[in-house]
Amino acid sequence: MTATKESTRTEPTQGFDDIPGTTLFDAQRSREGYHVNMFCMSLIKAANREEFKKDEAAYLQKWPMTQEQREAVLQRNWGRIIELGGNIYFLSKLFSTDGLSFQHVAATMTGLTQEQYAEMMLKGGRPIQGNRSKSEWQQRG
Amino acid sequence: MAKIVAGVNVSHVPAIGAAWDTGKTNTPYWAPLFKGFDFSKKWIADLKPDVIILVYNDHASAFSLEIIPTFALGCAEEFQPADEGWGPRPVPVVTGHPVLASHIAQSVILDEFDLTIVNKMDVDHGLTVPLTLMFGQPKEWPCKIIPLAVNVVQYPPPTGNRCFNLGKAIKKAVESFPEDLRVVVFGTGGMSHQLQGQRAGLINKEWDSRFLDNLVKDPEADAKIPFLEYVREAGSEGIELVMWLIARGALERDVQEVYRFYHVPASNTALGHLILENKR
Repeated sequence: MTATKESTRTEPTQGFDDIPGTTLFDAQRSREGYHVNMFCMSLIKAANREEFKKDEAAYLQKWPMTQEQREAVLQRNWGRIIELGGNIYFLSKLFSTDGLSFQHVAATMTGLTQEQYAEMMLKGGRPIQGNRSKSEWQQRG
Repeated sequence: MAKIVAGVNVSHVPAIGAAWDTGKTNTPYWAPLFKGFDFSKKWIADLKPDVIILVYNDHASAFSLEIIPTFALGCAEEFQPADEGWGPRPVPVVTGHPVLASHIAQSVILDEFDLTIVNKMDVDHGLTVPLTLMFGQPKEWPCKIIPLAVNVVQYPPPTGNRCFNLGKAIKKAVESFPEDLRVVVFGTGGMSHQLQGQRAGLINKEWDSRFLDNLVKDPEADAKIPFLEYVREAGSEGIELVMWLIARGALERDVQEVYRFYHVPASNTALGHLILENKR
């Protein structure tokens, strides 16, 4: 997963970019994702969930997000929404509205099926060995 | 005088609340986890605290991106269970202790910890799941609860050291409250877990185990852990563990480990649980 506008980032996140497969939700990304996240948050109200389910695209028009963000939401491309400034806890309002669990959504971001992912968790989770830095991922290919 | 007698640290995985609320506590997946709290339920029933100061993080339920307080202390009479996208959990309303909460706020702010004071706030799984694990499903929670919400959602969260020192300031505040109250501080969240991206599912048992050992005997070592180490070693959401340092800071330097439980998996997460008592 690549970060958004990496070259223009100004937040003090030195060293963070070496951690593989992880996006830092800092102030800059928070600003980029403001409307996506506020849209998600609106779904904590049952009436809004009903309205959203009736016509998703129309409901999304209420938030001045980018076209890219809008499409990622409609496609439920969770990893992409996070790249575009979404935060997992805000996204949880959207996938809860869909009746999906944290585990389902986490699985889709790893490229595993939910069954494979659940099996990995039952066996103790993703090991830390080999998952600390991007260089370890590159060596693995 | 009021006195902090113990600290309870426990993960607050939302799926645990869902499992409880849908009657799945006896399934093969969940039974071992809930069994790990049999001792704790009895322990806290015997202890009968008057007030719990419950340190947790809000997960985009009370605080949106409009306002992001680093430390927010709930000073209200009561707090409603939040709707997190599937309706509120069927758990009792949380009754606060506005007088003690306001006393703590005044004391720690004058001690240079600039808390945000919150008089209206719904409380999400971060606060209610630990209560379910410790008390089951009573008609009412058996004591008053003061919520202390910590920002661990948007970078930067407070440092572990800042949290540890805030805990010490809370101890001082509680001990200067004139009423005789038995207070327990809960530190919640963690342990290692990552919910996002290609590295989701990360669990680091060795690191968690060291964090627990140090929390008991050498909390200053845990307080020195930098943000980057939490994220690298314990996953992007493992940073919640800084909240355990608030609960630890509120105890005496030397404590007694009463109970420890560690279980993988709880959905995406390593569940950790540690009860510490001040030596009598």
